[in-house]
Amino acid sequence: MAGRWRTRVCTASVGIVLAGGLTACGGSSTASGTPTLNWYINPDNGGQQTIAQACSEASGGAYTIDVSILPSDAAAQREQLMRRLAGNDASIDLMSLDPVFVPETAEAGFLAPIPADLQAELSEGVVEGAVQGASWKGELVAAPFWANTQLLWYRESVAQAAGLDMSKPVTWEQLIEAAQSQDTAIGVQGQRAESMTVWVNAMIASAGGQVIENPDAKGPDIRLGLETEAGAAAAKVMQDITAAGVGGPGIDNRDEAGTANLFQQGGAAFMVNWPFVYAQGKAAAEEGTMDQAVFDDYGWTTYPAMSADQPAAPPLGGIDVGVGAFSENREAAFEALRCIVSAENQAAYMVSDGNPAARESVYDDPAVQEAYPMYDTIRTSLQAAAPRPQTAYYNEVSQGIADQWQPVASVGEDTPTAAQEYIQQVLRGEKLL
Amino acid sequence: MSTMQTRTAGDVAVTSPASKRARKSDKSRAEARLGWYLAGPAFVILVAVTGYPILQALYESLFSFRLTAPGDREFVGLKNYGVILTDSLWWRALGNTALITVVTVAVELVIGFALAMVMHKVLGWLRPIVRTAILVPYAIITVVSAYAWQYAFGLTTGFMNTLLGLGDYDWFANKWTALAVICLSEIWKTTPFISLLLLAGLAQVPSDMTEAAKVDGATAWERLWRVTLPNMKASIMVALLFRALDAFRIFDNVYIMTNGAAGTETVSSVAYNQTISRLEIGLGSAVSVLLFVCVLLICFVAIKGFKVDLARARGEG
Repeated sequence: MAGRWRTRVCTASVGIVLAGGLTACGGSSTASGTPTLNWYINPDNGGQQTIAQACSEASGGAYTIDVSILPSDAAAQREQLMRRLAGNDASIDLMSLDPVFVPETAEAGFLAPIPADLQAELSEGVVEGAVQGASWKGELVAAPFWANTQLLWYRESVAQAAGLDMSKPVTWEQLIEAAQSQDTAIGVQGQRAESMTVWVNAMIASAGGQVIENPDAKGPDIRLGLETEAGAAAAKVMQDITAAGVGGPGIDNRDEAGTANLFQQGGAAFMVNWPFVYAQGKAAAEEGTMDQAVFDDYGWTTYPAMSADQPAAPPLGGIDVGVGAFSENREAAFEALRCIVSAENQAAYMVSDGNPAARESVYDDPAVQEAYPMYDTIRTSLQAAAPRPQTAYYNEVSQGIADQWQPVASVGEDTPTAAQEYIQQVLRGEKLL
Repeated sequence: MSTMQTRTAGDVAVTSPASKRARKSDKSRAEARLGWYLAGPAFVILVAVTGYPILQALYESLFSFRLTAPGDREFVGLKNYGVILTDSLWWRALGNTALITVVTVAVELVIGFALAMVMHKVLGWLRPIVRTAILVPYAIITVVSAYAWQYAFGLTTGFMNTLLGLGDYDWFANKWTALAVICLSEIWKTTPFISLLLLAGLAQVPSDMTEAAKVDGATAWERLWRVTLPNMKASIMVALLFRALDAFRIFDNVYIMTNGAAGTETVSSVAYNQTISRLEIGLGSAVSVLLFVCVLLICFVAIKGFKVDLARARGEG
């Protein structure tokens, strides 16, 4: 009996010792002295994991990169990273960040400052909007990795039947008219979520306005540009969509994926969405869940404009990679950063995962051009794109917009004013969100 | 904590009147000491893991404090409470939460009682099968059941619209239909819990009493209302209290199905939004404290009622 007990206790202690050892290893380095870098990534098709492996091998033992996967939606990714960083988590060496959360992360001191020479290197040849999105107070604080932009997708046959000339930029007004005449819908993201801010911001920016006039300001001092002509124009588009009945079914619970499905199933012949819909449509056609003829009917052009005489400022998205301020392997992390965002890796990532590169030279790569026939439209759109409000209070602004501009059918002339007042009250700490 | 104290006080009052206390023997004192030895460690741990965060939340709720701007932390006294209590969002969330609590608990009580009767009456080899079948929904994780119901009613994934012939109806775009689906999911998921508690109560009803009533010519309906229900009042109150406290803290179903859109916020989702999403620790803590006060209030009211019923159930009232 006693003998058996001793064995058990021994096993237990070995277990505890092992667990302790593993924890120690997980912290930063392995026995061989090669630092292990932890890269927190947004979920993708495995492209970032492949890059991590390639960079680890190319480093010649200088570092090994392990990836940890964050939740799928941007807001949940932010929640997890912020809570860890607020607890001074040293295990975050590298992190994939949505550009809209870069200011907040930088302002809180959660990003390791990038040395000046590396800043220059990381922003060289990168589209302007992506550099802006990765900067805060004039400094590049994260490395632009990929840059996303929304395009206007359409069924060529329907556009033709409606008499739309898609070789020229189209306006929302033309689109609504065309959709109404063809008895179809325009796929927009009407869900009470961040995607609503993407839409509202793009319309306001396209009308020459800006959602925030002084992005560097502290919460209570932020001046919003919703109660403006541009804001009124954006509200007008939504009112027109409702009046014409071209929002399509379930508009109030539709996100990007829902919009892509609606377009794929023929419920909408027009939609504004990110380029992932092309890869998704291609896969559906190959799997046989969608007719090849439907996929062949896919057309694309730049984002709809607010008026014929002013070009659109399409939404800008993407992912930037930052180095954690509490990382114990900062030097190695900067080396890894250089490797991760190299032009070769961005090109490979664009082909494997369908996410457009931030570096312009990548669009000259034949492999990219073959996989994405709309590469030139994406590049043009990226050059014209307007980033979403660059503020440390993006979450409040975005949730406030989503709250007030939704449901879409409720948007009226007074919506911009109501939204402006509400968000300012929230930022002053006078209202709940 | 207060639940525990009030309850103990109630039990003491009922089981050991002053006359008995005087004759307290060495044996009973030793038993009491043993009781403390056995329950003491658990009690201390409970205080540490629940008391500490509650006090911390109380303290934080007096500050304006954002997790991403630690330098701007500022003492604001009761301002956060003022902001919350004058905000229509708080009252709307409180109304939604109260509505969900009342509707789900009432429906669950009726269905749960029927299911408890079935579980109680079924005999032989069918008994374990029936009991398992009834308990299955309770074994499912709330988030999973929330997704299941959302997919069932969803516009692109759902089959309910086809089944009911509603075409493209968007259940989650309207407050009342969204709340209805949330309530349905909640009821489906937790009725087994309430029926399990009621089953225990049913088992305690002496069969000779129902038989005597039957001999006296009471109908089945009369036996239910005059004999069975009065005898299991205590279990009903326990089941009601537990479920009401649970229902009042509803979060998962709302978070998954609407995330508060279409005016379906609940108190917990408001607390989550301020604390976790906005990282406004001060404001969020104040919402949590108010939620805690609401739960305490429910507890207090239920236990006051519970004590009376308990005495009556024992024939002492």
